[in-house]
Amino acid sequence: MKRSTVGPWIAFGLGALYFLIPLIATFEFSLRMRRGTYSFDAYAVVFADPRFQASFSYSVLLALITIVLGVMLVVPTAYFIRLRLPKLAPLVEFITLLPLVIPAIVIVFGYLRLYNSSSWLPFTSNARATDLLLAFGYVTLALPYMYRAVDTGMRAIDVRTLTEAAESLGASWATILFRVIFPNVKVAILSGAFITFAVVMGEFTFASLLDRPAFGPYLQLIGANRAYEPAALAIIAFLVTWACMGLLQLVLAGARVARQR
Amino acid sequence: MVDAAHPAPLQAPLRDAAPPVVKTAFSWAWLGVTPFFLFALLFLILPTLYLVVGAFMDTEGNFTLDNIVNLFQPTILRAYWISIQISAASAILGALFGFFIAFAVTIGGLPPWIRSTVMTFSGVASNFAGIPLAFAFLATLGRTGLVTALLIYLFDFNIYGSGFNLLSFWGLTLTYLYFQIPLMVLILAPALDGLKKEWREASEILGASSWQYWRYVALPVLWPAICGTTLLLFANAFGAVATAYALTGSSLNIVTILLFAQIRGDVLHDQHLGYALALGMILITGITNGTYIWLRARSERWLR
Repeated sequence: MKRSTVGPWIAFGLGALYFLIPLIATFEFSLRMRRGTYSFDAYAVVFADPRFQASFSYSVLLALITIVLGVMLVVPTAYFIRLRLPKLAPLVEFITLLPLVIPAIVIVFGYLRLYNSSSWLPFTSNARATDLLLAFGYVTLALPYMYRAVDTGMRAIDVRTLTEAAESLGASWATILFRVIFPNVKVAILSGAFITFAVVMGEFTFASLLDRPAFGPYLQLIGANRAYEPAALAIIAFLVTWACMGLLQLVLAGARVARQR
Repeated sequence: MVDAAHPAPLQAPLRDAAPPVVKTAFSWAWLGVTPFFLFALLFLILPTLYLVVGAFMDTEGNFTLDNIVNLFQPTILRAYWISIQISAASAILGALFGFFIAFAVTIGGLPPWIRSTVMTFSGVASNFAGIPLAFAFLATLGRTGLVTALLIYLFDFNIYGSGFNLLSFWGLTLTYLYFQIPLMVLILAPALDGLKKEWREASEILGASSWQYWRYVALPVLWPAICGTTLLLFANAFGAVATAYALTGSSLNIVTILLFAQIRGDVLHDQHLGYALALGMILITGITNGTYIWLRARSERWLR
């Protein structure tokens, strides 16, 4: 018996309307800058704005630093937990879930109090140190995604056999980690990296409260002062998110094909 | 410094598990995970603890419950209450609509390409939050937004004339649904895939109607997953700052906006009351997430 698909089609159709209309409306709004006709003026204004260029590249750089720090932190941890310290797995998993439990605004509030310029670790005393604190904060925010991605990747490969094989060939633990394990969880690292990138590019609370010139605070500033540029920026931000997720799908699909061969 | 900050619980399991494994390999493993625990301590646990402890201290550092008591003043209670209402509304509606969409694309019999499109889009939309989302809804349902203008043009119907305001409870809820529904779809689709075909066939052979199958078989199995994810959505909305801030400025008095203003400029004129405000948020998201994890463990029993 074939069940009717009318209901599912209605659910899908209504969903499509709800999700596409704001995108269409935003795009339409972003073209309205020149009176009486559609134009890409708002985009031209945005791209020509030096603050856009500065804040966008600041956030890109910060996202890359966050990814490198996050990978350096998560991959060895996931490896040693899986191979030698499985007893600690629940504790580590719990810790990596905490950034989803504790609101970001609370975490950054803690940073501001704990690491103020008169504290034992004065991260907020100068701009470079605050940048570093912001990157650490983003590593924290990305921890749930990064750890899950890498841990899933480790589950798919036989960590123990790979390690024993490398050990019997006389490899040191550093060689094992960097030349055996890393290449084998490349796809997992990449998928964690794309999500991290998307998270960092759109983040507002940390950057704003730590007073760093990132993309999020710039968006807020433009939103409060301009009419058409915010719509153009929303479209740009959506495309950045879409690109991250698209690349993620591509990497995962590529890995699936490679495994089938 | 490393020694001083070394988390104490780490040492206990070391003694228990040491004998069967070669000692040197073990110390390497411990060295390998030390940076992680140190990092978590410095950038996650200590900052949070600082606020939690601060919530129970007065300005001289003595223990007090005054900050907690002071939370129960009308302004702060109202902020918590509006936050809870918006989070609950967007979580329940998000779960409801998300369930139908997840159902449609998994076992609803739609073509496979729709499923992959919806899942990819959900991945994007659940990450498309914050300030750009607020911009998108202002361009859609703001006073000069496309839908607002179209409704006036086509039906001579002004939604702002009928009491709607994007910068309000329902406006914010409607906006939050844009990331809540996709999150529900992403989490619930695998659970719906876990429903075994045999269960449906068995109930049909026994003469059950479609309604009876859902009421007595599918929903009881899915219930922990649905409730759990709803709680996750609640916590997700409760901690959100940027969308509300960009959308309403400080006109809507929700607790994250209040805390944001407190961090910026001590609007409560009491640092330690700010810590108590943060503690209240941690408690609310902690309880909802804790229940979520518990419910998820229950749902995994059936949906393997």
